[in-house]
Amino acid sequence: MSIVVLAWGGGAEPAAAVKEVLGGARRLADASGRAVVAGALGPAAQGAPAMITYGADRVLTVEHDALAQADADAYVDAAEAVCRQVGDGLVLLPGDRLGWEIAPRLAHRLQAGLVTDCVAVDWDGSRFVMTKPVYGGKAMARLAATTGVQVALVRNRTMEALAADPGRTGTVEPLTVSPTSGRVKVVAHKAEESAGQVRLEDAPVVVAGGRGLGGPEPFKELEEIARLLGGAVGASLAAVDAGWISPAHQVGQTGKSVAPDLYIAVGISGASQHVAGMSGSRTIVAINKDPEAPIFRVAHVGAVGDYKEILPAFLEELRRIKGSA
Amino acid sequence: MHIAVCVKQILDPEISPRAFKIDPVRKEAVPGSGSLVIGPFDLNALEVAVQLKERYGGRVTVLTLGSEKAKEALRRALAMGADAAVLIDDGQVAAKEPSVTARVLAAAIRRLDSVDLVLCGRQSGEWDFGQVGALLAEELGMPFVPFVPRLEVDGQVLRLEREAEGGLAVVEAPRPCVASITNANDNVPRLPKVKDIMMANRKPITTYTAADLGLGEAEAGDAANRLEVLELFIPEVKSECEFVEGDSGAEKGVNLARKLVERKVI
Repeated sequence: MSIVVLAWGGGAEPAAAVKEVLGGARRLADASGRAVVAGALGPAAQGAPAMITYGADRVLTVEHDALAQADADAYVDAAEAVCRQVGDGLVLLPGDRLGWEIAPRLAHRLQAGLVTDCVAVDWDGSRFVMTKPVYGGKAMARLAATTGVQVALVRNRTMEALAADPGRTGTVEPLTVSPTSGRVKVVAHKAEESAGQVRLEDAPVVVAGGRGLGGPEPFKELEEIARLLGGAVGASLAAVDAGWISPAHQVGQTGKSVAPDLYIAVGISGASQHVAGMSGSRTIVAINKDPEAPIFRVAHVGAVGDYKEILPAFLEELRRIKGSA
Repeated sequence: MHIAVCVKQILDPEISPRAFKIDPVRKEAVPGSGSLVIGPFDLNALEVAVQLKERYGGRVTVLTLGSEKAKEALRRALAMGADAAVLIDDGQVAAKEPSVTARVLAAAIRRLDSVDLVLCGRQSGEWDFGQVGALLAEELGMPFVPFVPRLEVDGQVLRLEREAEGGLAVVEAPRPCVASITNANDNVPRLPKVKDIMMANRKPITTYTAADLGLGEAEAGDAANRLEVLELFIPEVKSECEFVEGDSGAEKGVNLARKLVERKVI
């Protein structure tokens, strides 16, 4: 039995999300005595040798013109072919937009149980157990699929990539598939409105503001901190609803899920629906004038006080630190 | 144009964590701990459907899988502007998972007069599996477009905006098609007026059982379950927050930056 990792995006170097899921798959494979098979689809096929260094034992590559774009119909076909080639077992997919789009359709075709938005996948000695947040993050569910093929869509940045090990060995085999192009055609792209240079979901640092900021103006200061730390600006639903910032920045159950190394919440009370989208962050910093705010229950470092006094000094000190670094 | 909108009645997601209770044996939220509402994204989907009807003409049928209580959700949808409603009584539907929900909804959609567009919310706001839209497309053999904030109709072609990596893409799909709707500034659900609520009481609700739809134990019963819920729990939040000291806000700001260096975060 094997653990399949479906991979797309990236090039000679696999996409960050793929490396994370490969790392997670490697650990599960070692625990359960299985092999890791990567399905490198479309342009990701160029990354096949690197996927071995990140934990795969075997890479099946599928290359076809229909996979040049993120065409879900074609990707479902290719993913299905890889899974049928490998047979029963666990299938892991990165939880980006394409993952959310193809995972249910793949599971439907393989009559597989699928758990989306997994924040953990564990081997309990006899089966794989998938953990996901439910009820807007107020509860967690642990689930197992009872089917031969079990599919888990993994939330980005919840598994840890291994360091590339050039000494690892494995095989790369091309798989001939003729995926059909979909009936949905992309006719235009619109750039995300001012979401900054770094994509919110990929940003190693997110600086987010909420209702406590009191208006759109203070987001400029958050942007400056984000720029200094190589991060992106996020926002709570309250700030988006108030029209202070575009919905592209919204973090939470109804917005984007992020799990950066550092999440700085400024003037965010910590409603569960917001926490659902950021609780996986490695270090959470909260700045809030209310010491009882729920955000402090998930924060690792807190500063109680008026952000108008705290932020300028914080920014100044950051500049000094970054300048001397 | 005939638009089918699938909705789910859920426990109010705005309920405070303090009021939220789970039944660890049944492995679900205690129903009485909050009011029942239509899922937030399903409301966005209804709003999109009603706006399309206002712009292009046609009608909207709303469907749900649930108990007698779910009729309240259907009445709400009818008050928002849907024309007819279908309740699939979940009495015979033992399995609780997206693949069964989609199979049952698809069977009911096939009973409707030809449908040009099927909409649902991108996720329920409850268990948030986020699968039903894609599964409906597979069941019905229709194209699928996820994460759609808005769309327009151009003859037989639907032009949809969808969230994609790095921004929005505009895509074209033929009719009929399934789309899952995400929230946006222009699909905030309308609040029905008293007159709309009164009118809604006169609109028809058709009820089907799973058997009416030709679905038996193997398709909709426990045997159809592909997932087993092992445990549902409220995570213990042990506050481990370290508060930075300082006599003034400015001092706290400086100490905060230093604390992050000390913790090797920056």
